[in-house]
Amino acid sequence: MTELWDGFVQALQLIVSFDREVMEIAGRSLWIAATSCTIAMLICLPLGCLIHFRSFPGKRLLISVIQTLYSIPTVLIGLLVFLFISNAGPLGGLGLLFSPAAIIMGQVILISPIMLGLIISALSGVDKMVTETALSLGATRVQAAIVSVREVRYAIVTALIMGFGRAISEIGIALIVGGNIAGYSRTITTAISLETQRGNLELAIALGIILVFIALVINIGLHWLQRK
Amino acid sequence: MALIRVVNVGQEYGGKYVLKGVNLEIQSGEVFALIGPTGAGKTTLIRLLNLLETPACGQVYFDGIDVTRSERQRLKARRRMAYVQQKPIVFKMNVYGNVACGLKWRKVKKEVVRSKVDNALAMVGMLDNTKRDARTLSGGEMQRVAIARALVTDPEVLLLDEPTANLDPISIAKVEEVLEKIIGQKNITVVMATHDMPQGQRFADRIGVMINGEMTQIGSPNEVFCSPQNREVAELVGVENVLAGVITVKEDELVTIEVKGNSIQAISELPLGEKVHVLIRPEDITFTPARNVSSARNMFDGEIIRMTQVGRLVRIEVDCGIPLLGVLTMVSAQELGLTIGKRLYASFKVTAIHVIKRRD
Repeated sequence: MTELWDGFVQALQLIVSFDREVMEIAGRSLWIAATSCTIAMLICLPLGCLIHFRSFPGKRLLISVIQTLYSIPTVLIGLLVFLFISNAGPLGGLGLLFSPAAIIMGQVILISPIMLGLIISALSGVDKMVTETALSLGATRVQAAIVSVREVRYAIVTALIMGFGRAISEIGIALIVGGNIAGYSRTITTAISLETQRGNLELAIALGIILVFIALVINIGLHWLQRK
Repeated sequence: MALIRVVNVGQEYGGKYVLKGVNLEIQSGEVFALIGPTGAGKTTLIRLLNLLETPACGQVYFDGIDVTRSERQRLKARRRMAYVQQKPIVFKMNVYGNVACGLKWRKVKKEVVRSKVDNALAMVGMLDNTKRDARTLSGGEMQRVAIARALVTDPEVLLLDEPTANLDPISIAKVEEVLEKIIGQKNITVVMATHDMPQGQRFADRIGVMINGEMTQIGSPNEVFCSPQNREVAELVGVENVLAGVITVKEDELVTIEVKGNSIQAISELPLGEKVHVLIRPEDITFTPARNVSSARNMFDGEIIRMTQVGRLVRIEVDCGIPLLGVLTMVSAQELGLTIGKRLYASFKVTAIHVIKRRD
């Protein structure tokens, strides 16, 4: 118990003293997750609009598949990306294995179904008359779609936050395709795993506290948006 | 050349035809009212005119160009029109933003947008509400913002779908005042769907009557209200006395029609022996306690079988061998001492009767 308490106190000291290693790992995790979210949103927003506004055979099935992919295990995505970017894989020549780019690639695959599903679901809640009103006022199909997106902007930010939360807290992808290389591809989750195994509990706890703090900020943000 | 031309247009939803073979021409600057009961297809036709839907069959021409199916032509035509829905939808933004959006989509310069939006809001009396969240407006205010939003782009055609339905009388008066201003001040073509007959009569140059997805009659308000072409139109425009009979005597245009053993004299071009419907508006029947000397050729005595008060009016149903429904002011009813069972005389002129061919 004393060991745990000491570890907690030392962890707080690492945080308040802005320990270089802690800040570097946390910073890297944040930018990797933020980049993944940005890329995923750039893909999912137009794709979500396309799926929502267009009628095509198999639309319901596609939405069901997207929703099923919400809970796909991170290690499975890690394995999939590994197979693609390892030397023997089709993208092996790009030399992406064990790099932040590989983690981003995996995280985009991980969070895209969540974001896509939430965007489609949010757009389904928009009154059909909103799009028709925009069209009747002279909007093009794209301008009318933008009006619908604006109507559910808070729900879309919610999708973004959910994706960010999933990305920053995953470990399977970061471990398999990131390689947990110190100073290069080590993230909060891989570092916690490693430092716990090494017995460096104060560093693991410090990183854990930062992760919990980020989760707390995400939750507060979500609650605030849901009240809008 | 007609600004809008609809040729043999039909529309179906789930295999059920809601619009059948509609033909219509609307001239530039004309105010055209579509009247008809709920579910007659008025909204569908308006939506087809606004090119929000593609018809199942037929063509829609705008300014001489077939705009039925080409997406590019449809957008070009739609940008020359504006549509105000029955239940206006406002976007999640303030009143100014709502009114300005049509101009922004047309890439109009910011300073021009400001002045046009202000003018449009001033026209509908909503200039003091520019910064208000549009979703907090009342039904009447929302409708006025929707009208401003439609007018701000200076449309050549304004499509109105039941613009005063679901509004309280004060809001109706305000919206009608705005419509009167628009029609009076702007050289604009208006197509208005309404089930408010006086509203259609008040604003329209021509009226089209829609029943069961078909354009049953098109004519001036006077023609539609005074000379309905069939029983359905007659009932729709408030002709409540529809009596089935046969022409038994004909002297030039003066005919005698046998209705349940009673003879009614009217003016008609229909031939002897024709099965007809005799149409009499309730307000054209005069009631007197005794047989009066009057110019009315038709006079029947009967007994009051039903009385209903409607605002300041009293509707009475008199059994004269044929049922006759009439209206009197409350004051007149009191002066005549009308009660159920009381006998009185009902009279009406030959010119007050409209005779149409019976289809059954």
